[in-house]
Amino acid sequence: MTSTTPLLEVSGLTMRFGGLLAVDGVALNVFPQQIVSMIGPNGAGKTTVFNCLTGFYKPSDGKIIFRGEEIQGLPGFKVARKGMIRTFQHVRLFKEMTVLENLLIAQHQSMNTNMLAGLFKTPSYRRSEKEAMDRAAYWLERVDLKEFANRKANTLAYGQQRRLEIARCMVTQPSLLMLDEPAAGLNPRETEDLKVLIAELRQNHDLTILLIEHDMKLVMSISDHIVVINQGCPLAQGTPEQVRQNPDVIKAYLGET
Amino acid sequence: MPESLFYFIQQLLNGLTVGSTYALIAIGYTMVYGIIGMINFAHGEVYMIGSYIAFTAIAALALFGIEFLPLLIIGAFIVSMIVTSAYGYSIERVAYRPLRGGNRLIPLISAIGMSIFLQNLVRLAQGSRDIAMPTLITGGVSIGPEDAFNANLSYMQMIIFAVTLITMTLLTLFITRSRMGRACRACAEDLKMTNLLGINTNGIIALTFVIGAALAAVAGVLLGMYYGVINPYIGFMAGLKAFTAAVLGGIGSIPGAVLGGLLLGVTEAMTAGYFSSEYKDVVAFSLLILVLLFRPSGILGRPEVEKV
Repeated sequence: MTSTTPLLEVSGLTMRFGGLLAVDGVALNVFPQQIVSMIGPNGAGKTTVFNCLTGFYKPSDGKIIFRGEEIQGLPGFKVARKGMIRTFQHVRLFKEMTVLENLLIAQHQSMNTNMLAGLFKTPSYRRSEKEAMDRAAYWLERVDLKEFANRKANTLAYGQQRRLEIARCMVTQPSLLMLDEPAAGLNPRETEDLKVLIAELRQNHDLTILLIEHDMKLVMSISDHIVVINQGCPLAQGTPEQVRQNPDVIKAYLGET
Repeated sequence: MPESLFYFIQQLLNGLTVGSTYALIAIGYTMVYGIIGMINFAHGEVYMIGSYIAFTAIAALALFGIEFLPLLIIGAFIVSMIVTSAYGYSIERVAYRPLRGGNRLIPLISAIGMSIFLQNLVRLAQGSRDIAMPTLITGGVSIGPEDAFNANLSYMQMIIFAVTLITMTLLTLFITRSRMGRACRACAEDLKMTNLLGINTNGIIALTFVIGAALAAVAGVLLGMYYGVINPYIGFMAGLKAFTAAVLGGIGSIPGAVLGGLLLGVTEAMTAGYFSSEYKDVVAFSLLILVLLFRPSGILGRPEVEKV
């Protein structure tokens, strides 16, 4: 399933906030169509790694190679346009917009935004409009939100909002989907659905997934590869089995001396 | 009908006239605040520059022998909107964008500096004395009896209402229907998330400044012709009034800016008409304080929800 060139190659990633070293020399490779999880105690710097990768922060040091191109320090929208898209720990939908608008906004970059074209509704404008609507409709169907298309996003239930976020990522047609604690706040049933959805996305949409998650059952059952981070430093990595048996990981998680 | 009714109508018309231009300027404040949470204190100066450009454009067109009135006026609008938009764009690019991401106070100070800079730039280039705008539109219609006091609606006032209405309609259509408008709304809700979805948010912010400046230019042309006099200092008071209108209506809300502008204009006119014109600013700003005391988020503003 894995090919030899990684989709995402991170080396020596370092992020300093003043005197605080939040991320120190993190390295990881993500191969196409893999599901890679990043785990570690709270405050280990997992989300900071995400923030550096997606251009939310400018990393202090290190190299990020995505699809063969160095992307460290690029602004967020350029990283997104290269096909790396993420969610946050908390839901960040456009709450005042409808469910459908949330999905159209995410396709803004690929649409013809020329105002004159919009005014005269040129054929290319209409075509891109139709494509965007079709893609939005497809994903609404996939995440089971079709009937809510014209509802405001903040009227949805929490689990539905989480699914809408994933749909919003998918309409951008990413090659790497980064989910920051997608199972947080979900009940066991919803978590199970999420697991199925993630596996399907990988299978049917040629998607690679990088995950931050605390739900160990989910992580262990779904991941091809796990990276453990502790206090900003890489602690261990390997298959779920290897990580489970690693004495350093056990120590960091259980606090054994 | 009694005279007092026509007197009231007259004050109402005057108030709505000035109020609608406040609304045009206030939109520039409210849109910028809605997206980057910053008060662009140089916006009043942008309005003043809009007036000066209109004056220059009318003078230049007249010099070329164009005397057809609609052409003169439309020319003034177009030239003023384009040049003033360029000012709006440059101000953002030079004075605010490099400072973004830091402390919120820093761009605010930069805006005050920009305001002083622009005011003095115009003062040095054009002189600080009043300039008389040519009176292009005269006359009007009377409402009420011939022999007693009657309300008068001038053609200039009608133009102000019409232009404001058209501008507001276009803006509303842009914001609610167009893709760029949708992107503007997304930025206003969550700038960083919008960026991470692949939208060049700096471009959207620049667009907001350009729209705000173009609307201020419209107000500049209208008020310049209405009052007939411009000088480099008109931006200060107009900016303050429009800012008050934006806060009154709920800063960040476009309908709020319009409502705030009209309310402020009418309040001023009523004070001037029934009490004393010396006190109109006192009453206008007292109104602001009262609204802020009882409804800090403004009339149409959403109450700030403390994030935990």
